Amino acid sequence: MTTPVPQGKAPRRWLARLSAISDMFAFPLRTSHYVELVNPLWTTHRMHARVVDVWDETRDARTVTLKPGANWRLHRPGQHIRVGIPVDGRHYTRTYTISSPPERDDGCFTITVKKIDGGRLSHHIVRNLKVGDFIPVGLPQGEFYLPDASPVQPLFITAGSGITPAMSMVRSLIAQERLPDTVHIHYAPHEFDTIFGRELRRLDETQPHYHLHEVHTRQAPADENHFTEAQLERLCPDWRERDCYACGPPALLAALERTWDAAGLTQRLHIERFRADFAPIPDDAVGGRVRFADSDLDVDADGETNLLRVAEDAGLNPPHGCRMGICHTCNTTLTAGCVRDLRSGDFINEPGAIVQVCVCAAAGDCELAL
Amino acid sequence: MSTKRPLPVDLTDEQIDEFGREMDAIYYETLESRGEKDRLYILRLIRTQRSMALLGRLVIYASLFLLPAWGHALAGWPSTLIVMALGVILLGLAKILENMEIAHNVLHAQWDWMKDPEIQSNTWEWDTMSPSDRWMHSHNVVHHTWTNVLEKDLDVGYGIMRVTPHQPWKPAYLLQPVYFVLLMLLFEEGVALHEQALIDVAERKKKPKEILPLMKHIGRKVWGQVRKDYIMWPGLAALVALPISLVVPESPLIVFLLVAGANFVANIMRNIWAFVIIFCGHFPAGVYHFTQEQTEGESRGQWYLRQLLGSANITGGPLFHVMSGNLSHQIEHHLFPDLCSNRYPEVAPRVKALADRYGLPYNSAPLWRQFGTTWLNNLRLSLPGGTTPPEPARA
Repeated sequence: MTTPVPQGKAPRRWLARLSAISDMFAFPLRTSHYVELVNPLWTTHRMHARVVDVWDETRDARTVTLKPGANWRLHRPGQHIRVGIPVDGRHYTRTYTISSPPERDDGCFTITVKKIDGGRLSHHIVRNLKVGDFIPVGLPQGEFYLPDASPVQPLFITAGSGITPAMSMVRSLIAQERLPDTVHIHYAPHEFDTIFGRELRRLDETQPHYHLHEVHTRQAPADENHFTEAQLERLCPDWRERDCYACGPPALLAALERTWDAAGLTQRLHIERFRADFAPIPDDAVGGRVRFADSDLDVDADGETNLLRVAEDAGLNPPHGCRMGICHTCNTTLTAGCVRDLRSGDFINEPGAIVQVCVCAAAGDCELAL
Repeated sequence: MSTKRPLPVDLTDEQIDEFGREMDAIYYETLESRGEKDRLYILRLIRTQRSMALLGRLVIYASLFLLPAWGHALAGWPSTLIVMALGVILLGLAKILENMEIAHNVLHAQWDWMKDPEIQSNTWEWDTMSPSDRWMHSHNVVHHTWTNVLEKDLDVGYGIMRVTPHQPWKPAYLLQPVYFVLLMLLFEEGVALHEQALIDVAERKKKPKEILPLMKHIGRKVWGQVRKDYIMWPGLAALVALPISLVVPESPLIVFLLVAGANFVANIMRNIWAFVIIFCGHFPAGVYHFTQEQTEGESRGQWYLRQLLGSANITGGPLFHVMSGNLSHQIEHHLFPDLCSNRYPEVAPRVKALADRYGLPYNSAPLWRQFGTTWLNNLRLSLPGGTTPPEPARA
C-alpha cells in the first residue's frame, strides 16, 4: 500500500531545499538563529510566543494572551502546550491547557494560569510576565478533546483552574454554532473567586443549551461542597447518558472514576490530569544501584526519587520537558533491571523498554541508556 | 610514598588539604549565587555576537559598492578597503567572541545549569573547524584533568614545541620559532587536527584505516566552515555581480576573491588573537610543569595547587577580559572550569588572596610581559638546556 502524498508537499520540499542552502551561510548555526535577532516569532529552529495581553481573572489567576511564532499548529479545544519559563536564570517547563477556542481570528491563543502556593513557575507567570515578553512554547498536544463528528452530549465536571479545557471546548462549540445540550458542574472556592465566572454565568443566561451549576466549596454546607453521587443525580439526572469530560484535582478525579466505574460506564468518562497522580509508594519500595550506561556512572537511588532527579544530582543533564510524565522528552531505554512507574506503581522490567525517567524510580538495581 | 617527588611547594599535606577546602568554599559559594543576571549576560552576549557577525558580513558586501568601477564620487580603492576593513574587524571580533567567551565556555558546561535547551554543552557547535565533541574530549578531558603534566597533557607544546626544560631536547626543536609563527596563523586548523589519534598513526601505533571515521567527522565540520566562508558568501556576491558586470565594468571573479579574502583575514585575525591569549595561559615564564609520578594519588588540594602553579593570568580591563573569553583569568578557569566565566573577575581577588596567604605564586602580568616571555621561552628552549622556575614555589 502506498500512502498518498498530501497536496502542498511540493512547495514544502522546495522550501526545505532553499532553507538548506541558506543554512550553509550560517553554518554551524542555521539561518533561523539570525532571523531570531530580528523577530523571535520568525524562527523555525524553536518556537516562541509573544505575550500580547495579560488579564487577571481572579486575585491569583491570570489569562495570558500569546501570539505564537512560525510553524504553529492550531490546537483542538482541550489540548495543552508546554511553556518554558526562566526563573532565577534557570529554565523550567510546565504544561498549561489552552483556554481559547481555535476559532479566534487574530492568530493568538490564551492560557489561564492559577498561582499555586509555592509554585515557582505559576507565580512567575501570574506576577512577573509582561506584555512584550517572549516565551518558548511547544506545539499543542494531548488526547483530551471532543470527537469531531459524533454528536455527544457533554457533561463537564471541572474544579478551579481545571475549567480551562472545558472553557476552550465550550467557546469553540459556540463559535461553530453547534453547541449540543451541555451540562457543566464547576467547583470553585467562592462566587467572586471563579475563573471565567462572569463569562460562564453569561453563557448560562444566553445559551439555551448550556446549563451551568456552580458549587462554591467555601460557601456551601459541608455535605454539598464536594462531589457526591447524590449531588450528581440532583444536578444532572441524565449523567449516565452523557459523555463526561472532567478536569481538576486528583481527589475529584478519583471520586469521578469510582462513580463511573460503579455504574459500568468508564468509557464515558474522559479525564485530564493536571499533576501526575502518583500511586502511594509501598513501604517495601526499595531503591538500588542505578547505572547510567552511556555516561559510565553508577549511583545509589532510593525507591521514591524519580530517575531524572537522580541523574541530575549525579551531574548528568538528560533532555527533559514537563517533569510529570506528559511530554516524553525524557524517554530513555531501560537496558537492564527494574524501575517503578510512580504514577501507577507498576514495575517495568523488560530490557529495551522505553521509560519516562521523570516519573520512574529505581526498583532494585537498574541500568539506563543515559 | 617517600620516594614520590612532591609538588614544588613547601606546604605540609595538612596545609594543602586546608588550601583545597578553602578553594572549594569559594567555588560552591559562587555556584550558589548564580541567577537571572548571569542568564541575561550570556543571552545578551550571544545576541551581540550574532549581530556583529551578520553586520560584519553585510559591511563587507556594502564595501563592494565602493569599487572604483562604479565611478561615483566615493568610489575608489581606498574607500573600498577602509569599509571592507571595518567589516573584517567586526566579523573577526564576532568570531573571537563566539570562539572564546561563548563557545569555549558553553562547551565547558559552564551554562548547563540554566537548563536552557539552546545553550547546552552537549548540543552546541562552534564557529571553527574543530567539531565541538572532539575538542571537548581533547580539551575538557585531557588538558583540564592533566594540566601541564608531561606526556599526558597534549597541550604541553602541542607535540611540536619544547615549552619546558623537562622535555628532552631534540634537533627538530631548532625550528620551533617557525612552528610558533605557523601555528599562530593556522591556529584554527591546528586545533582541528589536535588529536592523539594522528600522533598514534605517525608513530605507527594505529593504522590510518582505524582513524578514518574520525577524520571523516572532522572533515565534515571543516567542509562546512570552508563552504560558508570561501564558497557561499563570496559566491553570492559574485552571483549578484554577474548581471551588474554588464553595466559596471567589474569582474565577478574580483568580487569573489575580495569577499573570500575578507573572510580569510577575519579568520586569521581570530587565529592570532586566540593563539596569543591561549599561549599566555600556560607558557609564560614562571609557570610550572609536572611529571606523571607527581600526580599519582593526587588529592583535591593538590589538584588545585597544580592548576594554580600551571596557569598564568593576564591583567587588563573588562573589555579585554571579555574579548579573551576570560582566559585572561586562566588560573580561575583552571581551578573552576565549569563556573560561568562572567564570574571569574569576581573570584580572582579571592583566589589571589588565598594564594598570598599560603605564600604561593599567583602568576599575573600584562599581555606584553606574558606573551613576551612566552616568545623568549620558545626561542631559548629551541636550544638544549634552559631554566626551570624556582622550587619550592614562593610568592
